[in-house]
Amino acid sequence: MEKVIAGKNIQVNEEGYLTDFSQWDQTVGEEIAKEANITMTSRHWEVIKFLQDQHQQKVALSIRKIGQSKVVDIKEFYALFPQGPLKVSTKIAGIPKPASCI
Amino acid sequence: MTTEFNGEIRKMMIILSKATLENVYAAFVLANGARMEGIEAEIFFTFFGLEAIHAKKLEHLHIATVGNPAMHMPTLLGGLPGMESLATAMMKKEMERIDMPDVHEFLDILVASGVKLWACRLAMDMFHYKKEDMYEGVEAVITVGDFYKQGSGIGTHMLFI
Repeated sequence: MEKVIAGKNIQVNEEGYLTDFSQWDQTVGEEIAKEANITMTSRHWEVIKFLQDQHQQKVALSIRKIGQSKVVDIKEFYALFPQGPLKVSTKIAGIPKPASCI
Repeated sequence: MTTEFNGEIRKMMIILSKATLENVYAAFVLANGARMEGIEAEIFFTFFGLEAIHAKKLEHLHIATVGNPAMHMPTLLGGLPGMESLATAMMKKEMERIDMPDVHEFLDILVASGVKLWACRLAMDMFHYKKEDMYEGVEAVITVGDFYKQGSGIGTHMLFI
């Protein structure tokens, strides 16, 4: 389905995740973050960039992988994106929601 | 009629009473999975479940080969010396393949994710364990009553493993 995000028509699934990453830009991410009550800082963007890189390399994301990333530790990851960090951060990043249980 | 938060789960209170690897992992995955969804989670370790947070024992947990029909192994065979170790080694290999951390790393992940770990006072006394014997991320040794108090509030669910 289509949703207007940051003034653009964006393709999203029923949970609001982008289905076409080429439609993503920082203003789109910013607006999705705002919906999740997150004010983005440079630290948030560093993590988002990392997630996007991982997705591009087809790495299945998990909390454990985040912990091993050396980009951010698990504790900070939860502090940056409370209320389900992997779920929220991937939505902001414009990539699919990970299906991982760990 | 509206129910509390429309039935939404806000907090998972998990009681782990067993130290067989499959039960320990079940508790850990459920607690971690809750945090990943933004749900609070706490684990109360009691009786044999204490082994999962005992610093010297937590690396040596086994899966049960006897009395476990899902092993598809005759009970007599499962009781042979070394059988539990063999089955455990095989399971650990599979777990690494699906990106499942070992018990110690999993505890580290849980604590970093904000899961509160509690040791049962009664069971600690029974096994003559002290707080210093336990994994350093354990919050405190508490009573059942304390644990119930921790779980107070709307949207709390309790689970006994």
